[in-house]
This record gives sequence, structure tokens and C-alpha cells, in this order.
Amino acid sequence: MSNPNPASGSPDKDPVSGSPDKDPATEAARAAAGGTDRAATATAPKRPEPTARPSLGRLFLDNLWAANTVTVTVLAVLLAMLVGAVLIIVSDPDVLATYGYITARPADALSASWTVVSEAYANLFKGAIFDPEASGFTAALSPISETLTYTAPLVFTGLSVALAFRGGLFNIGAQGQATIGVVLAALAGFLLPLPPVLHLVVALIAGAAGGAVWGFIPGILKARTGAHEVINTIMLNYVAVYFLSWIIIQNGVQNPGRADAISKPVDSSAQFPRLLGEDLRVHAGILLAVLATWFVAWLLNRSTFGFELRAVGANPDAARTAGISVSKTYVLMMAIAGLLAGLGGSQMVLGSTANALTPLVVAQIGFDGILVALLGRVKPWGVLLAALLFGALQAGGNRMQSYSGISLELVTVLQALIVIFIAAPALVKAIFQLRAARAARLQTSLAKGW
Amino acid sequence: MSTMAVPDVAVAQVDEGFWTRTRRIGAVLLALGVLAAVLFGALATDQQARFTLSETEGGAALEINGTIGAILFGVIAAAAGAALMAGVPKRWFTVLLGVGLVAFVLSFLCWQVSAAPEGRNFMPLVNMVRGTFVLALPLIFGALAGVLCERSGVVNVAIEGQLLMGAFSGALFGSLSGSVWVGLVAAAIGGAFISLLLAVFAIRYLVDQVVMGIVLNLLAVGITGFLYERLMQTNAEKYNSAPRFSNWEIPLLKDIPVLGPALFRSNIFLYLGLLLVLVIHIALFRTRWGLRTRAVGEHPTAADTLGVKVLGLRYRNVLLAGVVAGIGGASYTLALYSFTKNMIGGKGFIALAALIFGRWSPTGALLAALFFGFADQLGTYLGAIGSSIPSQFLAMLPYLATMLAVAGLVGRVRAPAADGKPYIKG
Repeated sequence: MSNPNPASGSPDKDPVSGSPDKDPATEAARAAAGGTDRAATATAPKRPEPTARPSLGRLFLDNLWAANTVTVTVLAVLLAMLVGAVLIIVSDPDVLATYGYITARPADALSASWTVVSEAYANLFKGAIFDPEASGFTAALSPISETLTYTAPLVFTGLSVALAFRGGLFNIGAQGQATIGVVLAALAGFLLPLPPVLHLVVALIAGAAGGAVWGFIPGILKARTGAHEVINTIMLNYVAVYFLSWIIIQNGVQNPGRADAISKPVDSSAQFPRLLGEDLRVHAGILLAVLATWFVAWLLNRSTFGFELRAVGANPDAARTAGISVSKTYVLMMAIAGLLAGLGGSQMVLGSTANALTPLVVAQIGFDGILVALLGRVKPWGVLLAALLFGALQAGGNRMQSYSGISLELVTVLQALIVIFIAAPALVKAIFQLRAARAARLQTSLAKGW
Repeated sequence: MSTMAVPDVAVAQVDEGFWTRTRRIGAVLLALGVLAAVLFGALATDQQARFTLSETEGGAALEINGTIGAILFGVIAAAAGAALMAGVPKRWFTVLLGVGLVAFVLSFLCWQVSAAPEGRNFMPLVNMVRGTFVLALPLIFGALAGVLCERSGVVNVAIEGQLLMGAFSGALFGSLSGSVWVGLVAAAIGGAFISLLLAVFAIRYLVDQVVMGIVLNLLAVGITGFLYERLMQTNAEKYNSAPRFSNWEIPLLKDIPVLGPALFRSNIFLYLGLLLVLVIHIALFRTRWGLRTRAVGEHPTAADTLGVKVLGLRYRNVLLAGVVAGIGGASYTLALYSFTKNMIGGKGFIALAALIFGRWSPTGALLAALFFGFADQLGTYLGAIGSSIPSQFLAMLPYLATMLAVAGLVGRVRAPAADGKPYIKG
């Protein structure tokens, strides 16, 4: 396993293996699940004297409680759920009442807390992955279908943010890029009379182009004037929102049968085909998401542009000295990031979530994409896994809301907390007294000013 | 650990030739003025454009014929632009630019007001001024929180979260205790709670401050939304019925025409906001604390060498920022509305824009906040008189203006040098 990332100073933060193109989470997860030999091969090139290697089992146990990516991620999720449990308990007046007499009857308080928390999290699980009580093909697959439906757009926005991160820019504008993407995709979806497959392709291209333009603007401003992309992308997010709310109520766009702000529905010829029949919401968007992940992984790790991008991200001055055009890289990078986010936004009307523009049609996918990118350690395949986790939380959260009456907002809290703990691995390490990981630097994300 | 800022890509132009920044701005202003005189003048009607000095149509008013007004103010704007192009002394730059922009806005208003339908073709100035300040108030508090943070070198993107947490805990504890003052203190603590997280993670754990700010905003939205649905929606009587500050009239000042009724019969938050601008301005530029804060924000290593406790000062200022923003959030729940989910709705980000537009200074932030508040209020007003200008485009104005500002078209804005860079001692 050679390291294709030599002395260029690329932002290779891979703590487990030396290969940046493999996602460490999957690799280590496979190692943890499927035996120890993979863990050994993954870490073997790091050690100078292979003859002195300890037994494989020993190595596995050592790594298990070390501050590597997988352990920190799992512990971060656990910590977040712990805080979530506390929130559930303190916001339940009945349970809180039992704490009034906790010294007299501690069992009451504990069992009441356990009941409410375990029921909530059980519903979260059932809604996201599998419901043991479900009967029939559709019911059994429904949680997975829901999870994948929520995952697909998050993969795109996550990739968008991650790509810009690798190039040293912080794309907070995925939300705005997705908004413009959804507008153009929807417009193409109900204004153009086209045959089925072609219509979907055209609508996707329109969405991608819209997002790309919205990403290009901060890119060119950064390259030409040095204006900070964080500020410009935040501002463009709001410009996009107002544009969306304006265009919905225009003649020819607004649904003639409705008084509220909703557009005409997208033609069925422009919608993604559903994968598992009409009853399940999962659609072909998730396949496109996997394809996009593969493409971004290739772009970042195998293409010339990806090399330049990573070089610029690591050190723009050095990259400029080496003859790389930093301006061009910034512009192209932001345009591609916008394109990805635009595709993600398109899914919000071309998929099964909605089929018409409303002011809230994009939901939070752009901002969630930031969290997904950070959780995925800004690596393409990591982003895919992180988006799966977030999609699962979203799908499970819906069930938790309807079955346990726990507000969906808890999912937002969990997501934010997970990323906070991920962003500060030193904190998780301190809380759990983890060993320092072998050959790994616990790296917090690049910090830079305005 | 890279703590180095990526320097701007653009290289400063050394020789600007004839087209200096002043001349370019003058040319833009001239074009705007001509546009206003021709276009607004043509579109305006011959009705009188009335700017009443009260809250209603009646009473004393400033009046001008719509067409004449639109053309006149357009010509004034164009003249200011021409003067800038002709190369006036530098000290006149700000004045001329201000006159030009105000004249452009007035020309626009003459057109809009005179073209409004009969019975609505007047603009009540008291309402406009009051609305501007009410809408600007959370921006003022938010931007001041940003000033405190960023002047000491910590990027504060979490303003939104601080405002929201302040609004929430003000409403919650105000309702539980039945006292506005308890609510106010709780709001300050709520804002400081988000600040504390920001400070610990940014200063102690060296997490990227922009990332942390974004995540904290989501956390604040989540926590307040969750508790709102669990507590306030189920039992609004108990948890979401905070008492409100009544309006205090200030003797003498309240009798000033227009400004008196608009500003000096208001609640504590407006007075507090304006006072804070003054206090923070003086503290920042006239006291030892201010000098140290600015030193820590510009060059922490130098400050450390001279014995300033960099990290301690940063912790203190970030917490203080949370207190200010928390009180700003309470200006919603303890004076105007009861708490609703995500009620700040992006005001925190406009506050961030105001901070940048105001070039990281308290007075600049105040002016920027007022400008944004005015744009907001103007949108409401134009909607009320049935204007043909879509309110959404007016609402975009603050954001577009900020983009122009950071792109250097209105003048270079420069953040404190060490803003966003964690300081590692040694």
C-alpha cells in the first residue's frame, strides 16, 4: 500500500493507514469486524521492524482503545446520545417529578428515566434500520428506504463542503447552491416538455449548472479580490433564499390552484425512478450519490486537478511557487463544489421528498452537509458513511417523533453534538482516557482567519 | 497544525493610474444619479410626495412634487459623483459619498411615494425611524458581540446561536420567575453558555472557529427547538409567557420632533443597545483593556511578550460577547414576542454582515446595523403601499452590500490580523 501523497504536504490526516484514498473508517471497521489481519496489513508499513511485531490480537486490542478515527467516532456518537438522554429526561415533566423524591425512592426516578430514554432510542433505531415487529416485505424495508432517501442529498452537499475543505476553502454556501439548484431543476422539471429519461437528465443538468454558478461567484471573488469565501457564501445563502421565495410566486411558476407559496409540481417524466416499488420512497438518487462519491474520490486522489487542489489546500504559497495557479484552482473548485450541492438540491424536488418548490423545500441539507463533511473527515467515502448516519438519524427521528413524542429537533442536537465531539478529538480522548493512537496525530481541522 | 492564514490571492495594486478608487466610486455614483434623475423622474407622478413628521398622514410634513423631487435628488447624487471624479480633497470623500447615496435613496422614495395609490402616498417618518431601530436592535447587539470576540482574535460565527439561546432562556426563566430582570440575567447567561462552548473549543481545543460557530448555531437551534416543543408548546402558560419591559419615556428628549416619539419612548433594550455602542467604543479605543484586546487580536505573540494574558483575555471577551448577544436575544422575548422556534431567523448572520460592513468597529457596526434595519423597514413600507418593487429584492440588499464591501468595491475591509487563529503559547 504505497502512499501516493508524497512530500507535497497534502492535507493527509489519515490516522490509521498511510493511504489517503481509502477511507480509514471503512478500513478499520472491516478490520474490527472481519478479523485482525487487515489491521495488521494496514499498520504494517508504518513500523520500521516487521520482525518485532506483536501478535495480531494484541495489536487489535491496543488499537481498540486508542484514539483512532473509529473509536473516537463511536464514542462521540455515544456521548452525544448521552447528552440527548439528559435532554429527554429534563424536558419530561413526569420523569422530572420522580426526581423530586429521588432520595426516598431512587428506583422510581431511574426506571422512569430508563423507560422514556430507551423507548425513544428504540424508536430511533426502528425507524432508521429495522423494526423487528414489522411484517411483510415493504414494512421490513421501509426504515432502510427512508434512511437512504434522506442520505442521498446529504451525500452531495457533504461532498461539496468536503471538496472545498480539501482545497483550503470553507464552503458554507452549500445551502445557497442547493437552493439555486432546486429552483432551476424544478423549473426545468415543469416548464420543459421532454420525454422521460431525457427530462430527468436535463433537470439534473439545470440544477447542477445553477449550483455551479452559485459556487463560482464566491470562487471568482476569492481569486480576484481576496474576499473571504465564508462571508460571501453566507451572504449568497440568503440571496438564494430570497430569490427562491420570489420566484415561487411568479406567474407561470406558482401553482395556479393554490393561494400559498408553492410552485407547480414537477412532471413525473423528470422524477427519479423509485428503486423498490412505489410504496417505498428510496429512489435512484442514492445510486447517483454513490457515483458522485466515486467521482470525487477519483478527482481528489487520482486526477491532476485533485493534486493541485490538495496542494493549494495545504499551502497556497508553496503551490503558487510550484507553478500551480491558485486563482484557477479556487474558481474551479468552488464551481465543482457548487455543482455537487446543486445536484443535491435537485434531489429535493426530483426525488421523493417533494415535487414542488416551497420556501422550505431545501430543508437544512446545506448546513447538514457541513456536519456530514466534518464527520466524514473530509474524505469522499467517509462523507458517504457520515451521510448514511445522518440519514439514519433523520429517518429514525421521524419515527421517534410520531411514536414517542420526542421532537425531531433532538436529531439536530445529536448531529451537532456528534460533530462537536469529532471536531475536538482531544476532548473525547480526555474524557475516556484513550491511549494515543499509533502513528496518528489527532488533528483538529485547519484553523484560519477571515 | 496549520495556524497560518491563507493570504489574499489578489495582489494589491501599486499604481492605480487615473482610475483611483475615489474616481471609480465617483463614476458609479454619477451613473446612479443620472439613472435616478431620468428613470425615477420619468416614473414618478405629479402628486405630492409627503414625508409626515408623525405616525399618521396628518400633521406637519415635508412635501415635494414627485417628479421634481426625483429629478432634483437624482441630480444632487450625480453632482456628488461628479465632484468625486473631479478629484476633491480626500477629507471630503466620506461626506460626498454620504450625500450622494442619501440623495439617491431620496430620489427613489420620491418616485415610490408619489406613485403610491391615493390615500397611501405619504411616508410617516416616525414609523420609519422607529421601525429601523427596532429591526436593527438585534443586529446592534449581535454585531457588538462580534466586535468583542473578533477584536480579541476569535471569529464569532455563533452570533445567531447566542441570540437564540438568549431569547430562549430569557423567555423560559422570565416566565418561570415572573420577573423581567431574572429573565434578562438568564438571557445573558444563556448567550454566555454558547460563548463558553465557543471559547473552550476554540481556545482550549483549537477547533476551527468558523466550523465551531456553525455547529454551535445548529446546536442552539436544536436545543431551543427541542425544549420549545417539549415544554413551551405543551404548557405555554407556565413556560412561555414572560413578562415584558414596558416603554420608558425619557423627559425632554421625548419631545424632539420625529426622533423623540421614535426613539425616546422605547424600551430598555434600545437605550441599552445605544449605550453599549458608546461604552464599547470608548472602552476599546480609550482604555487599557481596549488596548490589550486589540493587541491580542492583532498580534498575540507581541502582547504575550509584554505580559498580557492572551488566553485569559480571549476567554473573558468571548464570554462578554455572549452576555451582550444574549441580552440582544432577550430584546425579542422580553419586549416584543413570545418565543417561537428558530425565531432569530438569520438575524445573527446579518449581524455578522453588519460587523464586517462596519469594519469591526462599534460605531461602524451601529451604522451598518441601522442601514440594514432601514432596508428591512423600507421593504415592509413598500409592501404596504403596494410598490412594484418585489420586497424580496430589497431584502437581498444587506447581503449584496456586504459582498460588495468585502470584495473591496466600497473600500477595503480588513479583519484584525489574528482573527480566527488560535494562540499557542511558547
